[in-house]
Amino acid sequence: MRFLQVFRKSKSPSSRDVAKERLQLVLVHDRTQISPALMQILKDEIIAVISKHVPIDREAVDISFTHSRRESRLQANIPLQPRSRQRAAR
Amino acid sequence: MAARIITITSGKGGVGKTTATANISVALGMRGQRVVAVDADIGLRNLDVVMGLENRIVYDLVDVVEGRCRLRQAMVRDKRLPELYLLPAAQTRDKTAVTPEQMVEVCEGLRPDFDFVLVDSPAGIEQGYRNAIAPADEAIVVTTPEVSAVRDADRIIGMIEAAEKEGTRLLINRVRIDMIRREDMLNIDDVLDILAIELLGIVPEDEEIIVATNRGRPLALENHARAGEAFSNIARRLLGEDVPLITLEKPSLFSRVKRFFAAS
Repeated sequence: MRFLQVFRKSKSPSSRDVAKERLQLVLVHDRTQISPALMQILKDEIIAVISKHVPIDREAVDISFTHSRRESRLQANIPLQPRSRQRAAR
Repeated sequence: MAARIITITSGKGGVGKTTATANISVALGMRGQRVVAVDADIGLRNLDVVMGLENRIVYDLVDVVEGRCRLRQAMVRDKRLPELYLLPAAQTRDKTAVTPEQMVEVCEGLRPDFDFVLVDSPAGIEQGYRNAIAPADEAIVVTTPEVSAVRDADRIIGMIEAAEKEGTRLLINRVRIDMIRREDMLNIDDVLDILAIELLGIVPEDEEIIVATNRGRPLALENHARAGEAFSNIARRLLGEDVPLITLEKPSLFSRVKRFFAAS
């Protein structure tokens, strides 16, 4: 439930959209004790670990926390670079 | 037939537990059910006033538990209906005056003679809530479509599950269709997606609720008001009837709750 997904073209998000996003995040924190600071650390470290082994497109990485159906989740969507795009030796 | 003991709770204060308890009790009574409404909010009692029975209280729940009277002596009969009673809370004590075990004993004492025992829980997660949930066979969680209420409802649902009570259902109260249309209020699907328990019913915001409380005449006694109709529908669902949700919006907003619509 990424914030960007709920933007409509050239319309700002409704207060309902904002409420839903905030509620999801606060419930993840309430239930798992993962602070916003820790969320950022987790994102950074996941990106670092994956890119240590496999080239990834950092610009297109999408890591989000959601709370839905009474479950908190960390979802990571990480596009992997195809072989042809890899630069010289790591 | 032995009663179902249902606790109405929420976590958050002010979302409409007492109003719901009063109106569901009345609506069940109007369908010939034998009902006792129990006020578990010791020290801050309000079920009496919402039901309009405040002048008839002689004894209360704490008197029963401390042996100063028999259970039946504390029960106030609502003369508007054949078999509707109120077991009031004490106003001059606090939540520590009663234990969860005592609440179980009192409610089990009511079970043989009634069809429904509805327990109005206080707000919070402390002893008042624990007293109220202890005797429950099932729970109704009341929330409104607001951030704080949904957050607290999520917590209370977790606690009810930890207390190993099953079949918890949700009542979404004070719904404003106009604000949902403007996308300034969480809609029903939003709330259900987050809380993910079975929906018992939705009750629209209705000024008539305030008027009803002013007069001490629960809205379910009248047949015209929207909120009154919603509470009647909830009573019918508790009795096993398949009642469609009151029309709020185009059906597309309620994909998740299509099962509530009558075959059509």
